[in-house]
Amino acid sequence: MIGMDEKLSFFKDGVRLDGRRSDELRPIKIEVGVLARADGSCYMEMGDNRVIAAVYGPREVHPRHLQEVTRAIVRYRYNMASFSVEERKRPGPDRRSNEVSKVSREALEPVVLTSYFPKSVVDIFVEVLQADAGTRTAGINAASVALADAGIPMKSLISSCAAGKVDGEIVLDPMKIEDNLGEADVPIAMTPGGDITLLQMDGRLTKDELKRAVDLAKAGCRQIYEIQRKVLVDRYSHMEPEICDEAVAMAGEEI
Amino acid sequence: MDRMDRNVVVPGDLLSDDPNAAGEGTYVKDGKVFSLLYGMASSYKDKVRVIPLAGKYVPSPGDTVVGIVQDIVFSNWIVNINSPYEGLLHISELPRKIEMNEMSKYLRIGSTAMIRVKDVDSTMKVELTMNDRRLGMLMRGRVAEISPTRVPRLIGKGGSMINMLKKELNCNIFVGQNGRIWVDGQDDDMDLALRTILIIEKEAHTTGLTDRIMDFLRVEKEARS
Repeated sequence: MIGMDEKLSFFKDGVRLDGRRSDELRPIKIEVGVLARADGSCYMEMGDNRVIAAVYGPREVHPRHLQEVTRAIVRYRYNMASFSVEERKRPGPDRRSNEVSKVSREALEPVVLTSYFPKSVVDIFVEVLQADAGTRTAGINAASVALADAGIPMKSLISSCAAGKVDGEIVLDPMKIEDNLGEADVPIAMTPGGDITLLQMDGRLTKDELKRAVDLAKAGCRQIYEIQRKVLVDRYSHMEPEICDEAVAMAGEEI
Repeated sequence: MDRMDRNVVVPGDLLSDDPNAAGEGTYVKDGKVFSLLYGMASSYKDKVRVIPLAGKYVPSPGDTVVGIVQDIVFSNWIVNINSPYEGLLHISELPRKIEMNEMSKYLRIGSTAMIRVKDVDSTMKVELTMNDRRLGMLMRGRVAEISPTRVPRLIGKGGSMINMLKKELNCNIFVGQNGRIWVDGQDDDMDLALRTILIIEKEAHTTGLTDRIMDFLRVEKEARS
């Protein structure tokens, strides 16, 4: 633990403690379709964050009273494994995971075409295996790819990323030490078109700093979007064009 | 940012600048057509559409499906049709008149049947019928399950794939629109048929599949004799 009066510098020779520039993301790795039982799934690493997202549905709603007659509901459960942080996290939902679940659901729901599947539910589960600041953004990114993998109709993917303030400077994608000891953290989620679906702020920023933080995080989201899209496209890069031309096949011919 | 360079598209990819070209699996925003799904884009009769690579079966009237009876309630069979929505088969939709207390004589819980979707209303109440001589209970054979999005591939252009399988394997095969496939024939023919169907599902997106399956069947049959 660093003493209160001991000044910690977040920059060394103009770069951050892990060698990044202030507008640089941590390395990202995405894998699609990692779970056999889920309808869609995605494993994602953002720096030292490791999350796994599973999507089930659309499926029947249980308990029944949650059912909506005209649209599908979306449920999102964010959960941190007890071993995901240094000090053992007490397992189970708590105030923080409930909040993260709620804002993450609201970040994804606007793009999901829930009206296509009345009376059903799309369940999203996000498990954090290893945490290093920015797990909600990693979870949203993974969940968005998993939703696409499950074949759920969406207006677009969602990309998410945070910006922070350390040593008076706005930085992209803060890592754990910057998040814990920094002055502010601003996670956002957005569509590739630039519509923001999540905006939170922890800490203090001036109006101008907030604007710069959001712009920086938006630039980060755009980079993440390109990676998400590439992973999905490359998965089926050796596609056969001709099967598309088959009109909706006449299943149920005589036996 | 035209994303038609490759055939695979993700939700939100721009497909066309002409709103009249919007086909299945697309939406129009600001006079432009975008993809709704992760799938393959193609032009079809001057429409652009997207065929999904995954997804659940959504019943639509006229579909023939393979259903499994889940429950019997007051004059209805509740049928699982491999979908988020369950189907209702009313007692009057059987080809012959039967009494309410005899329902389980015909279709018991767990029975498999070939059924047609008669009607789907806006609340997704799915009405089924068996009132056609091509429909009925499936007393023999086996049932396999594949993703409903792969059904067109299993059938092939003009039924090329499925007819080849039927001929080569001496099996009766029925492909339900809901991704359930009923196979009936000799035991080892059925084994091979189910294995082949799973290969087709896994490789549905690859080129020259019909020829490769043909070769696979030839090798397998030679190994058997």
